[in-house]
This record gives sequence, C-alpha cells and structure tokens, in this order.
Amino acid sequence: MSLCHSTACELLGQMAVGRLSAVEVTQAHLDQISRHDAAVGAFLRVDKKGALKQARGIDQRRSRGEQLGLLAGLPVAVKDLLCVQGERNTCGSRILEHFNAPYDATVIAKLKQADAVLIGRTNLDEFAMGGSTENSAFQKTHNPWNLDCIPGGSSGGSAAAVAASMSPLAIGTDTGGSIRQPAGLCGITGMKPTYGRVSRFGLVAFASSLDQIGPMARSAEDAALLLEVIAGHDPRDSTSVAAPVPAYSKSVKQPLAGLTLGLVREHFGAGLDSEVEAAVREAVRVYESRGAKVKEVSLPHSKYGVATYYIIAPSEASSNLARYDGVHYGHRTDEAAMLAELADERKRIEVAGGTSATAALEKLDTPLVRMYRRSRAEGFGPEVKRRIMLGAYALSAGYYDAYYMKALKVRRLVRQDFDRAFAEVDLIVGPVTPTPAFKIGEKADDPLAMYLEDQYTVSANLAGIGGISIPCGFSKSGLPIGLQLQAPPLEEERLLRGAHMFQEATDWHTRRPPLITVEEG
Amino acid sequence: MSLSREQVEKVSLLARLLLTDVELETMTRQLGQIVEYIEQLAELDTDDVEPMAHAVELANVFRPDELTPSYDRAAILANAPHSDGECYLVPAVLGE
Repeated sequence: MSLCHSTACELLGQMAVGRLSAVEVTQAHLDQISRHDAAVGAFLRVDKKGALKQARGIDQRRSRGEQLGLLAGLPVAVKDLLCVQGERNTCGSRILEHFNAPYDATVIAKLKQADAVLIGRTNLDEFAMGGSTENSAFQKTHNPWNLDCIPGGSSGGSAAAVAASMSPLAIGTDTGGSIRQPAGLCGITGMKPTYGRVSRFGLVAFASSLDQIGPMARSAEDAALLLEVIAGHDPRDSTSVAAPVPAYSKSVKQPLAGLTLGLVREHFGAGLDSEVEAAVREAVRVYESRGAKVKEVSLPHSKYGVATYYIIAPSEASSNLARYDGVHYGHRTDEAAMLAELADERKRIEVAGGTSATAALEKLDTPLVRMYRRSRAEGFGPEVKRRIMLGAYALSAGYYDAYYMKALKVRRLVRQDFDRAFAEVDLIVGPVTPTPAFKIGEKADDPLAMYLEDQYTVSANLAGIGGISIPCGFSKSGLPIGLQLQAPPLEEERLLRGAHMFQEATDWHTRRPPLITVEEG
Repeated sequence: MSLSREQVEKVSLLARLLLTDVELETMTRQLGQIVEYIEQLAELDTDDVEPMAHAVELANVFRPDELTPSYDRAAILANAPHSDGECYLVPAVLGE
C-alpha cells in the first residue's frame, strides 16, 4: 500500500537503486485502481496489459545498463483528450466514442520517450467543458475525499486518480481552470503552464487561444519533473514558445529568497467561503514565516474575467467543434432515418398547403445539412451544445462587435492588470475556488452558477500566464482546500520553487483520503 | 437583453444543431441568463483598447516549404463513418 502513496521522486529513487522494479510499481498502482476505481470512477480505460508490458521493457533495459528516460517506470494517467496513436480518444463525448487517434500528441511522444508507463485514460467533462466532470458522456467521477462530492473538472479524472494513489502522475489540460480547480478540490498539486510552454499538437482543441496542457502530481517536486519532460517548443504547434526549458526538477528545491507575494484585494470579497479564506490567509502567514513579504495588489478587471471568458471560450469552441460533422470521423446519424424524417416533414408542409408552404419548403434542411444537425445533436451532450450555441450567437452577424470584439478588448485589460501587479510582486497568491468541492448534482441545472466557480482561475488563461494549485488545508467537513500561485509568463520555475517552499513547511500535500476498499470481480 | 426562441432556433441552424422543443425552451432560458451576465462588459469603456486575440502575440510563423510525409490515407479513412476507401461519402448534395 505504501508503495502507491509514495511520490514519483521517491519511486524513481527506489527504482534507480534496484529496490523496486517498474513492474512492481506499475502492478501496485493497477491493484489500487482495481480496489478503488469502481467507487471513484477516475479512469475511462485502464491498459493493464500494455502498462505491464511497458514496465517489463523498462526493467529489461535497466538490467542491461541502458540509459533510461527521466520518468523511467513511473505510471502516468492521461486525460482522455490527447491523441495516442492507435488508441481511442473519446474526449468524454459520444461523438468520438469509437474514434482511434492516427498519431501521438507531442506530449504523448515526449512521455514515451521519457520511458513513462501510460497506465490509462482519465475521465473528463465532455471536450473539457465543465468544472465538475459531471458532463462526461460515460461516467461520473467522485471526489476521493468524499464520494458524494464532485472532483472538480474538467481534469477531474486525472485529479482523482492522483489523489486516490492510482497514479503518481497525471496529465491534465486547463482552459479556464481545468487543472488547478480539480487539483485544489482533490488536494493535489496541479499546474497550468504559460500559454505556449507545452505543445498542444494532438490535444483535441476546445478554445485554442486558452488551452494548455500541464502536470498533476502529489508534490511540486513531482510536478517539476513531469513539466520538464512535456515542456518545449514544437514546430507542429506554431503557438508554442521557442524558449529553452529550464531543468525544473533540479531547481525546484531552491527557496525563493527575497520573495514578495501579492494578495489581490478583489479575491477576498463576497462569495468566498470563510474556511477557504482562513486557509489561504494561514498559508500566507507560512510564507511570511519563511521570510516572504506580502503586499496588497489590485486586479481591477478580474471581476469581468468570467464574463470575458464565457464569450471567448465558447466562440472558439463553436469554431473548433465545427469539425464534428459526421463526415470525417466520429458519429454519423442513421441516414435512412434522417431521409425519412425529411420526407415526413416535407409531406406535412405540402398537406397543410396555404401561402406559407413554399417558404417553408425552401427553409427545409437539405439532406446534407440535416445529416450534420442530427449527427451533432445525437453526439454532443447538453453543456457542449450550450457552449456551441453561445459561441455561434456571440459570433453571429450583428453581435460580433458587441460580444466577441468587446471581450477581446477586456482581455487586454485583464492582462495589463497582471503586468502592473507583477511589476510590484513576484507571485500572486490566493484561492483556487470560492468553496471546497460541492455535492454531485448540486449545480447541474444552473450553468451560470457553475461558470462562477471559475472566477479565480479564468484570468490566468485570458492573460496567458501560469498558475499552480497546491493543498493548503481542509474544511471542517474534511474536504481539501487549494492555494493558487500565479506568476508572470514563462516563470514556471518560480511557481514550482514557491510551491515547494510551502510544501517544505507544511504537510497538507502528504495527506491521503481514507478510501474504503471495494473489491472488484 | 433576453433572447427569443426564434433567435435561438436561428442560431441552432448556424451551429448545425437540431434542438427538440424541450431543448429549445431550456436553451432560450439559460442562454438568456448567460447573455445577461456577460453584458456587464458593456459598462467598460474600451474605445482605446486594442483587442487581444492571443496571449502570445506572435506574428506569422512560417516553416520551410519542404515536402514531408503525410498520414496514410487508409489509416485516416478508417475513422470515417462512410467512405469508399478513397473519398468520404455524404448524402446527395445536388438535386434529388
């Protein structure tokens, strides 16, 4: 048991000196998955055979004295949104239920090259749209700390897998908080790197100017290791940044001397749960005890973050998801039924007759358009439809300037707020979410309430800066509380060192949920 | 500003979605609430602000114009719902 509670760095050390094999490490995590995933539901698919085969190969190469990659023998769980050649990539959607990826995402290729063991694919909100993982077409994921609660989302499966010790490392993606929020709600460490730090090639697009892949782990040290492997410029992603990748795993243990933290005035207003506020303020005192100075800063446009985000992200989504048309790949509606439906509608119009019949017949969908519409209506879930609709509306003639163009302008104001704040402070520190994890189903019928959960995380995506979520306490009911650090562009090293500094002084990140064993067949 | 059911129906065609009566009703109500919320941006004066489309404002990124191998056609068409091994097949577009 203790084996799967270890950090990735501990496991690497044990494997390096021959005290543990990759097969033992992999098997221990597979066992943990079969004991607990029936209750947690973190994984959509677990590749037992494939994972053990990879592990055996690594052990053999190690015994031959071969040079191994940075993650040699470590299980990594991957959000079901990245392409792995020859394997399914469902994106949590019916429309891609049977889609097989024809190539590897760059991040997957890098993980393979680093000798990671790809243990399985984790659940997510459909196309990463959501903050609770309730929008998956396939299953609900439960928070390992309280199975009645959501794990957060959209990378809820990855967060739950790491929290429940089913994998030491996981890959998530973050468009408006989808790594940091579930990391915070599940009590793990999760980072959204600077936009462009990690290649998006082979990541199924949600909102291309906001999406970013990042590491999820049990400690800042582990996150540093994983980020070091996946970061870097990629000629196949023209938005990736051509900047050298620091050796994060080497520098993470150096404390930040002379650190000035910024507390954002606007973060501590109405809506922030008192237990979350208390935990965050206590965390700030921990930093102060380690020599950090604290300064109040203002992000005056942060209150417009959610509104700006929910114009830009759906607009980009409505364009990106136009590719699911029932033609190239993914679900297509039953054609005979579709043609019969159209014939039926035509007949009804003709029978009704009258002056409007001609116009109604002209308005009737062509078979191709009806095929698109039915395929998409059958393949997408309610939240994805809502966002496609919202985006199509914001981009439609007559509204484009008032919504989309306006949002792009406010986006710049949000970025300028950060630039001004970072002229005064090294890191911004604050809450990840307004409350700890809520109950499954609690906000399912209120999309706007769900969107407001993102109020502390979306601004980083709009501005393109990095942020990290680390555990900083628990609510009285036993749910984890997250602390968010944010840094200027490409300062991932600062984020990781700042996070490690806190984890050296506290033990919140070492707590594990008391999972009850559920024996599975 | 609240949205009308007719507007939502029109957008559903633009978005190539087909919504049921129940969905249209829910969508009209929910989109109305969301749009009302996002309209708070109107209170900001942004006349002199340049729009920001991307966090990393790169100019055009070009690669050398060299031939590189592409994906195998059969492998790509394997994911197609309907193909003849060479082309994607769709319902008749012209005429009846």
